[in-house]
Amino acid sequence: MKKTALHPSHLKYNAKMVEFAGYEMPIQYSSIKEEHHAVRNGAGVFDVSHMGEIQIVGKEASDLVDYIFSNNVRTLTAEQIQYGFMLYEDGGVVDDFLVYKINDQSYLFVVNAANKDKDYEWILKQNTFDADVIDKTDQFSEVALQGPRSEAILQSLTETDLSSLRTFTFTECTIDGETFLVSRTGYTGEDGFEVYGGHEATRSLFERLIDDYDVTPCGLGARDTLRFEAALPLYGHELSAEITPLEAGLSFAVSFEKEDFIGRKALEKQKEEGLRHRIVGLELLDKGILREGYEIYKDEDRIGRITSGYLSPTLEKPIAMALIDRPHTKKGTEVEIKVRKRMLKARVRNKKFLA
Amino acid sequence: MKVPKNLYYTDTHEWVKVDGDKALIGITDFAQNELGEIVFVELPEESDPVEKGEEFSAVESTKAASEIMSPVSGVIVEVNNELEEAPELLNEDPYKYWIVKIELEDESELETLKDADAYQKLIEE
Repeated sequence: MKKTALHPSHLKYNAKMVEFAGYEMPIQYSSIKEEHHAVRNGAGVFDVSHMGEIQIVGKEASDLVDYIFSNNVRTLTAEQIQYGFMLYEDGGVVDDFLVYKINDQSYLFVVNAANKDKDYEWILKQNTFDADVIDKTDQFSEVALQGPRSEAILQSLTETDLSSLRTFTFTECTIDGETFLVSRTGYTGEDGFEVYGGHEATRSLFERLIDDYDVTPCGLGARDTLRFEAALPLYGHELSAEITPLEAGLSFAVSFEKEDFIGRKALEKQKEEGLRHRIVGLELLDKGILREGYEIYKDEDRIGRITSGYLSPTLEKPIAMALIDRPHTKKGTEVEIKVRKRMLKARVRNKKFLA
Repeated sequence: MKVPKNLYYTDTHEWVKVDGDKALIGITDFAQNELGEIVFVELPEESDPVEKGEEFSAVESTKAASEIMSPVSGVIVEVNNELEEAPELLNEDPYKYWIVKIELEDESELETLKDADAYQKLIEE
């Protein structure tokens, strides 16, 4: 099993470790609930060094990215970031990720750890351009500092004015004497930063944040409850080779204005013919907790399944995201969920759980 | 990890405390620690019959649901309703807070369960 450079720190802070995407990663330190609330109300820091970094560089880098990515990277200026998808010809998703534009001839894809090798192979296969594809995953460590206190904390460690670093932009900056790439991004629904740097420098920063700034170390458990409450999709759950961005309700990251890209025709056809099913929000009306994989019924017919579900730590209510056949996706529709031996009542709602 | 001597145990981390012709059933210290903070307990109905090995309840943490298997056969004569409002009691003192009380159908089933030493060995593996 692979280990990140921060592995010794996880042991030092008494993390419970699990296998995730081939890495030994912290699932929690104190408790998922405590870590979750720390990010909503203060600040938490995550080791996300397992994320993949793939660089596209060369004269025709923009052309390659434009062809394999669903969103319109040509609208980006240097140091801007965009969310989008690589799609299969049939509109299914290879991966969802952020693209960092360094300049017209250099882009960085920050991809899901579990998909990295698949993504890299896919990009190589599509690369008929004058561009190089480089797997840089092992060269960086990465931490995510998330929560309303993040800016004040990080600001006290750098000369760079972070108040002017807008959401979905990045910059190079010196923190504690070391050079990092810092972006105003995250996966929690809170303000925060993702910080990329050398292995030792990132490990020191991680410990400094915890020891000197009272930042809570957070594991993959809280990372998932936080992204879930913010209705952010997770590949393999709300998106997959079988669930298109349109079905997931993420058409904002698909640009039909730009030139051809892989998967475009399939999505246009899907748009024209109408969707068969969609990702919706659910709230449980009976007592219990909705979990991934539970089946959903309407009048004895199976109409879908839960893709992610929790007792929301923030709302203290059982909510879920689910893939449901139309027309049962209409808000207010009452459905039944099979939970072990029981059938529990739930209602379709929007995904703005925190609004 | 606490493993009291006077209880019987299962491979699936339930404990059994015999009280006359009845058995109290709960989850072990090891189980609650593995689960993390418990946020919901699905309780069965009183007077439901259960078979040894049958799933009759579920204990859920923030992360996941874990099914509870009955270590013995019999009829559920009482459920611990306290856990409905305060599921975290199973974290605080897993051997004090039982989940159900079962009227034993066949006392010889107890012989198939592990004693404290055997269970201790199991969780050390």
